[in-house]
Formats: sequence, C-alpha cells, structure tokens
Amino acid sequence: MFKPGKKIEFKSAKEIPLTPTSLGDMTHNYTGSWRNLRPEIDYDRCIDCMICWKFCPEPAIYIENDRPKIDYYFCKGCGICVEECPVKCIAFEEEGK
Amino acid sequence: MKKVLMGNHAISYGATLSRVQVIAAYPITPQTQVVELLSEIVANGELEAEFIKVESEHSAMAACIGASAAGARAFTATSSQGLLLMHEVLHWASRARLPIVMANINRAISPGWTIWTDQNDSLSQRDTGWIQIYAADNQEVLDSIIIGYKVAEKVSLPLMVVLDAFVLSHTYEPVDIPDQDKVDKFLPPYNPKIKLDPEDPHAFGGLTAPNIYMEFQYNHQLAMMEAKKVINEAGKEYGEITGRYYQNLSPYKVDDAEYILITSGTVAKTTNIVVDKLRESGVKIGNLRIRTFRPFPSEEIYEILKDKKKIFVIDRNLSFGNTGIFFQEVKASLYNTDIKVPIFGFVTGLGGRDVTPELIEEIVNYGMKKEKPEEEVIWMGVKK
Repeated sequence: MFKPGKKIEFKSAKEIPLTPTSLGDMTHNYTGSWRNLRPEIDYDRCIDCMICWKFCPEPAIYIENDRPKIDYYFCKGCGICVEECPVKCIAFEEEGK
Repeated sequence: MKKVLMGNHAISYGATLSRVQVIAAYPITPQTQVVELLSEIVANGELEAEFIKVESEHSAMAACIGASAAGARAFTATSSQGLLLMHEVLHWASRARLPIVMANINRAISPGWTIWTDQNDSLSQRDTGWIQIYAADNQEVLDSIIIGYKVAEKVSLPLMVVLDAFVLSHTYEPVDIPDQDKVDKFLPPYNPKIKLDPEDPHAFGGLTAPNIYMEFQYNHQLAMMEAKKVINEAGKEYGEITGRYYQNLSPYKVDDAEYILITSGTVAKTTNIVVDKLRESGVKIGNLRIRTFRPFPSEEIYEILKDKKKIFVIDRNLSFGNTGIFFQEVKASLYNTDIKVPIFGFVTGLGGRDVTPELIEEIVNYGMKKEKPEEEVIWMGVKK
C-alpha cells in the first residue's frame, strides 16, 4: 500500500513559493472516496497473471507476496481491472452495501 | 547613436539591447518588421538568441513561457487577432509569474477586416495579470522594452509594451540607441530564484487546491501594486543613465490647469499641441497621459486631478454596453475620493480614424460648454 506523502501546509501567503511549484505530491489526496463501485478480487480463482496490475491507470493495484492487491485509498472504481481480468475473478460490489 | 527608426524597429533594437535569449513569434500586420529585423540580427550573430518560428501566437507565448520558466529572457511581439489568440496563455504567463516582455501593436479587431489602430486588442487583456505600458513615440518604445525587463524581473510579472499601429509602428522618427554597456549596467542578466533545472527538479503549476490558490492571487496582486513603485523607480534610474525619464504618468502643463484631458498612446502627443494652442488663447488646460494602464496608478492620478474643474477622457477604444475603458477606470479610481467634478468620456479614433488637433479641440469645446456630461459615451467624429 502507498504511504501518504508529506502534506505541505502554509499558514500565510508570505510562506508560499512565487508560483505553484512543488506544493507536494498527491499521495495525501485519497481518490478512493470518489468510488461508487468497489472491485474485489476472488483470490481462490485469481491466477496471479498481474494483468490487472498492468492495466490499473491510477495505479492502485500493487503486488504483495506475489499476488495483486487493490489499494482502496486510491482506487477510483473505474472498472478496467474488472473488464481486463482474463478469468473474470474481479467483481464490482456497490459501496455502502 | 541616433538612428531614424520605425516604431517596429525601435522594438527590435530594444529587445536586442536587452540581450533577449529566446524570441518566439508569429508574423501579423502591423507587427511583422519587429521580428523580421530580430531574425536578421540573430542570423547575423549580433545577438546570441534562439529564434523559434511557431505556428500561431498561442504557441509563440507558450514557447516564451517555457523559455522563461527555464530561466531565459524571453520576448515576443504581436497585434490584434494574434494577441486575442494568445489570451489563454497570457493568463498562464502572469500566474506562473514569468517576466516575459512583449510588444503589442494596437490594431483594431475584426470584422470588418482592419489593420489600423485602436486599443481594444490590448485592453481586452486587461485582466490577464500583465503590466501594460502605453508608449507615445518611438524613443519611448525602445526605452520601454529595456525598462520593461527591469520591472518585469523585479516584480516577477510579464509586461506588455503597447504602441499604435502605423502611427508609430510604421512611422520613422529619430531614435537614440543607448550604448550596450550602459544598458548592460542598467539591466544585468536575468537570474531567477527558481527555474526548470534538471539538477534541482521541481514540478511547476501543479494542482493548487482551494486552501492555497487564493494566496497566490493575493501575492500576484501585491506584486502588481508594487509594480507602480518599481516602474517609477526603474524609469528614474534609466533617466539618470540616458537623460530620458519615464513614469506611470506623463503630465503636460497640468500644474495650474483647470481642465484636464486624459489621454494615452499617440493621441497624447497630438493633444499636447492642442493644449499649447488653447493656452495661447488663455484656456487653462493640461494633458495627463496615462502610460501605465495596469497596474492603474490611481493615487498619482488623484494627486493631479484633485483641484481641477473638469476632466475630459479620450478613449480610442470602447467596452460595448458601457463606455470607453480609460473613462471607466478613471471614474472608478476617483469614486471614493473627494473629487466630485464632472468627468466626460469621449470615444473616437476607432479602427485607425485620425484623431486630429481639430477633433481634440472640438472635444474641449464640447466639454467646456456643458455643465456635465449628458451621455455616458460621447461619440466624436462618428457619422450618426
């Protein structure tokens, strides 16, 4: 899982750079909150081909112990992994259910 | 060294003396000779600069933005439709706080297809966050480019030098070209605090959330207000070297005047002639030429206008549905002061129609006769 980066805070206009320059990375911007549908991997059927990892545009799929894992802090629920999985082992679940 | 130069070539010499490092431009009448001469100067090896030929004015400004962000002194020139095409990137240049200097030759906007002068092209860029300087002769054009870089680099804002199409751009006048070593002393190489640099990588212009965006705008405004002072200081310093002093305002016989004409660009020079003539017949009148339009020098204008009887603003431009633009600006800047005298707004000279001494005299006569303006826009010389 990604570790949140350092969030740069400014208390006043006197502290900020001249122009928006290197204001910090986006790892504290949890895009997972945008998600309506949550992809879930059925590991009993998963063949560890890593195609989902390759296709995830965020990227919100990482590899842990040779298996793909979804990072729900950042997964926006686009469904590309659901579509591309060759054994159809990733299913969408509605959030909040 | 004195040379007889057209306004466009005065720009080219101004840029050359400023030792610009990147020039990106697209040709448009009446700007073409600016970059024509610059391309020759670069090709001859007289100026060490990259001359980038681009496919549009939008790209010209985009190339200047890239160059300036990388720490180079960047220059372009355009006019009218070309400036309008640049509009989006003009905002980018100023909000990225890049000290690009450009010349804009005031040409009216089409249709009807036109190449002659009026100010609506540059005044349409009023809110892009650029400094705007309106020149009145070719000497001032050359000098304003050099002073422009000094100001722009001091406050980290881009600056536009504006001049009238044909009346200046294609008209030849004697122009003093200052010595390079004097200019070098006045304008040392550009050395930005932060730039695109592989040795010290930064991301520029990235996502700026609501919690911080407003502070950048606040700082931009502070820099603009600071520019009022910096323009006067740089203009004074330049005067000490060359004998030619430039300030935000160029007043002419205003001290004892009861009536003031407010003008900009070359109309101001014609107005000075009219002021002299009217003074001979005992009319206490003066001319206040506004050189700096952004930032708008409200405080200095107040100081000149505070004890006058009537004010006549001549606009070679129009904001459709309201009034002439300098008229709006002058009125707005005086509203919260104790100046409560009538201010008349005249619109004339659109699309390059001549603003003659006779017409300016007519403006004065109209204003002297009326107690207060009866119309928001007083059209002069229009066949109604």
